[in-house]
Amino acid sequence: MIGLEHYLTVAAALFVIGIFGIFVNRKNVIVILMSIELMLLAVNINMVAFSAHLGDLVGQVFTMFVLTVAAAEAAIGLAILVCFFRNRGSIAVDDINVMKG
Amino acid sequence: MISADLSVVLPEIILSVYAMAALLGAVYTSKDRAGPLLMWTTSALFFGLAAWIGLTAGGEQTAFGGAVVDDGFARFAKVVILVSAGAVLLMGKEYMRRAKLLRFEFPVLVTLSVVGMMLMVSAGDLMMLYMGLELQSFALYIVAALRRDSVKSTEAGLKYFVLGALSSGLLLYGASLTYGYSGTTLFSGILSTLGEGPMPLGLTFGLVFLITGMAFKVSAVPFHMWTPDVYEGSPTPVTAFFASAPKMAAMALFARVLFDAFGAVPGDWGQVVAVLSLLSMVLGAVAAIGQRNIKRLMAYSSIAHMGYALMGLAAGTEMGVQAMLIYMAIYVTMSVGTFAFILSMEKDGQPVTDIRSLNMLSATEPLKALAMLVLLFSLAGVPPMVGFFGKFYVVKAAVDAGLIWLAVAGVIASVVGAFYYLRIVFYMYFGEQGDPQLNGTMPPVLWGVMMASAFAMVAGVVNLFGVEGLALSAAATLVN
Repeated sequence: MIGLEHYLTVAAALFVIGIFGIFVNRKNVIVILMSIELMLLAVNINMVAFSAHLGDLVGQVFTMFVLTVAAAEAAIGLAILVCFFRNRGSIAVDDINVMKG
Repeated sequence: MISADLSVVLPEIILSVYAMAALLGAVYTSKDRAGPLLMWTTSALFFGLAAWIGLTAGGEQTAFGGAVVDDGFARFAKVVILVSAGAVLLMGKEYMRRAKLLRFEFPVLVTLSVVGMMLMVSAGDLMMLYMGLELQSFALYIVAALRRDSVKSTEAGLKYFVLGALSSGLLLYGASLTYGYSGTTLFSGILSTLGEGPMPLGLTFGLVFLITGMAFKVSAVPFHMWTPDVYEGSPTPVTAFFASAPKMAAMALFARVLFDAFGAVPGDWGQVVAVLSLLSMVLGAVAAIGQRNIKRLMAYSSIAHMGYALMGLAAGTEMGVQAMLIYMAIYVTMSVGTFAFILSMEKDGQPVTDIRSLNMLSATEPLKALAMLVLLFSLAGVPPMVGFFGKFYVVKAAVDAGLIWLAVAGVIASVVGAFYYLRIVFYMYFGEQGDPQLNGTMPPVLWGVMMASAFAMVAGVVNLFGVEGLALSAAATLVN
């Protein structure tokens, strides 16, 4: 029987993978965008699991909001990334280093 | 009662409709030529709404089943947000026109982010909190990258976006745990769950993640990494905006969540907030010492100031919230005045940000140098400027709540931090003789804002313009 804790474990694992994807990844910014997406989806699993467990619809309504916001977030992130690429000619994480200190 | 609900959020609705009308209108008519007009109308609308919200007294109203709370606390924060955003728009117009940045999108995006901020400060539900926060953040990511052809500006936008999205993710994870373990997303529901018995472990985790996410937004150490880069890279009018309204909104949201949702367990978050406050004050004071770029310096300054405001929250009392509100109102005023000066720093038509360019400013521009001196002393917390009273209130709240160590650390950090403010004063008054480094003229709007802000820092000593009493009644609606 798959219970609440299994869903929470999967969500926690995905969330941690997302965070590590942002910090450990040194390659390119697209991977960071994917990691952000992963974090938000992990939260959605959490929400839906809690919602089903509690028998309360609010969690699923919240999930709908999060999905919408995630789409807008990806659009904005890609738009900024395209602008950055035009100026810098690279999207490698190591090249985001004009300002330091 | 949908019409009663809508009347509570009427200011937000007006702003949203205005933003869409302005966007469509400008796209279908004159595009960027509508920019200057939109700057004026937007800031007039902000001032009008601020006057309306500030002058129509009213009790506590809730709408949409408790998702939106309109109380004295929210109204105080909204007035500060609207006034500072309106002032920053007016200030930035001339700079952006000269830098060919005056696109019509800028006032529209600022309007949308102000709508987000207003929803944040009156959030009564985790969903409203998240939606308001994201509406505000998305608009800010875009305006940070407003100078599309500059590496610095787009890099600032990218850094802000990545770290901001990470913090939203953390906050959201906290929200999901809070929802799961309390069974509701309403702040009032979370509060009553906490009142029933010992706090479940899941709720503690939720609280910590929520605090982490919000600490990113107020740029408290150790979640401050984005601040200096974003401040430096963004166009200066945008930096001025970052340093004012969003800080007030994020801090008010912080207080709202801690007191409305987790007010029953101040012991659980008080220590966390106290540590954030301590680290922010110390790092803000120490890390700014090596900075030569005045925008980076203001970034570290804002980190330190957020530390002091958090000190008020860490106290966990009504007086602490009052002190935080007073501190933020004073900080926003000082910050707007200082940025009015920074916006006018230019040589041969090019903006300058190096503090050494202020060499002997007192010889060429004595009045401007004097106003800047007052603002810097106030930022440093030198009595008898108003900035000192802001620090006095938060330190007193911390001492009354038994956080003596935090108060002592705050005072020491403010002494260390005074060094870099005084160094700018040193350059202005006792620098090396030489050619004047700055030769731009100050547009009347900037001059007016700077002088008004500096004057307020001196004249406010008498009674703080009544902010004290307003903050007290605002804090009372939140804590009780």
